[in-house]
Amino acid sequence: MDNRVTGALRSLGQQVTGRIWRLGYASRFFLAVLMHSGTSLRRLHLTIREIYFTGVLSLIIILVSGMFVGMVLGLQGYDTLQRYGSTEALGVLVSLSLVRELGPVVAALLFASRAGSAITAEIGMMKATEQLSAMEMMAVDPIARVVAPRFWGGVISMPLLAALFSAMGIFGGYLVGVQLIGVDEGSFWSQMQASVDFREDILNGVIKSFVFGIIVSWVAVFEGYDAEPTAEGVSGATTRTVVTSSLAILAADFILTAFMFTGT
Amino acid sequence: MKIPRGKVVAVMGSSGCGKTTTLRLIGGQLKPTSGEVRVGGQIVHELDSGGLYNLRRRMGMLFQFGALFTDMSVYDNIAFQMREHTDLPESLIRDLVMMKLHAVGLRGAHGLMPAELSGGMARRVALARAIALDPMLIMYDEPFAGLDPISLSIVGELIRKLNDALGASSIVVTHDVQESLKIVDYVYFVSEGKIVAEGTAEDMKHSEVPYVHQFVWGEADGPVPFQYPSRPYGEELMESVGHRG
Repeated sequence: MDNRVTGALRSLGQQVTGRIWRLGYASRFFLAVLMHSGTSLRRLHLTIREIYFTGVLSLIIILVSGMFVGMVLGLQGYDTLQRYGSTEALGVLVSLSLVRELGPVVAALLFASRAGSAITAEIGMMKATEQLSAMEMMAVDPIARVVAPRFWGGVISMPLLAALFSAMGIFGGYLVGVQLIGVDEGSFWSQMQASVDFREDILNGVIKSFVFGIIVSWVAVFEGYDAEPTAEGVSGATTRTVVTSSLAILAADFILTAFMFTGT
Repeated sequence: MKIPRGKVVAVMGSSGCGKTTTLRLIGGQLKPTSGEVRVGGQIVHELDSGGLYNLRRRMGMLFQFGALFTDMSVYDNIAFQMREHTDLPESLIRDLVMMKLHAVGLRGAHGLMPAELSGGMARRVALARAIALDPMLIMYDEPFAGLDPISLSIVGELIRKLNDALGASSIVVTHDVQESLKIVDYVYFVSEGKIVAEGTAEDMKHSEVPYVHQFVWGEADGPVPFQYPSRPYGEELMESVGHRG
């Protein structure tokens, strides 16, 4: 009995120390990426290429999802607001929900699934096929040449995608609320304009999406770089990217929301 | 182990004996736990990252399966180092890339992507990339693995010719005894991290060292046993009969 308890405690301790060690390693890796970001800034075409792969190629899923989320918000919002006789506030409900919360969070979750997993798989496969080793042997630092541009590409893309997600969502809410249900168009837009504050709502949403961009990109490049150089290892790393970054986004969202919007 | 200038030296031994580790020590990707590796008079593991990168610019390495950058064309793979380390104009880079590709017989394939190349072609492109900056030392990690006989012979000849043309030194880590003995000047046989025999290709062909003899003539059993270490088979059989009965 004592042995079993000792064994269980030892195993728990090993898991905890293992995770702390890995977090420390990931943090050092993050610092290394920041320190080697000079190449990404000096040779901007490397980062622009990654913005295309992570941002532009994610546009379809972001725009379509944004549209549907906005349409659902329009339907649900109208259903709730009509009970209180304030359907003209539909524009405010849709826009604040999207700009403050759903835009940054859902876009980040989609971004983690679409672009984060792709970044991890690409870097992991480069490691498995010795492309990163080859680069090192050519006196080219893979963190500066491969990792940093992907990291910054993700960080820059994320707020732009979240903004487009919110814009499409508002358009979807407008289609359902105004065009389909018949809410007054003037009230829809004017109330939205009057209620949405640039600093409180839009800027905070942008800050959130920027933080989520850092989280997803960091997790994605780290998992790819740290992946076991086998097919199974790359597959596991890709899964970990989606799971870890999704959980981290939701946790960070709670913390940021608590700081940004409480008491306002 | 010494690799004289202008010579092609083979490092041979069974899988897991430390051949690739030797290359990684020379390239500074691993640090030795004891002893030292000197390249061009510099002790590799004592160099800082700047010094190590400067030294690597004078080295070329061919990886086992080429390790070509899959998102770049053949042309861009070979131009990669030139663009990273020099300020040469694109027109001059183009001439140099075509020259390297011509040397390996693939000038016409410059527009292809790595996925469109056969194994032999990929190895030749990787070879052209390894010599892109005219290195003083070229390392080959299993250059013959998985090649058909024609590609094997082409790659073997290229290793020899390119080494002589560049006045470089080459280290060929390989299992392929017959092909490598045709092109190398000197051979080291490694087993369990130690040099067990060395000499010219002719010396190795007539070596009396049991390990070398087994390796050169491809004998199934010998100092490297056919059977993975295990308990006597009879004992295991009797035990399984006992369990069933």
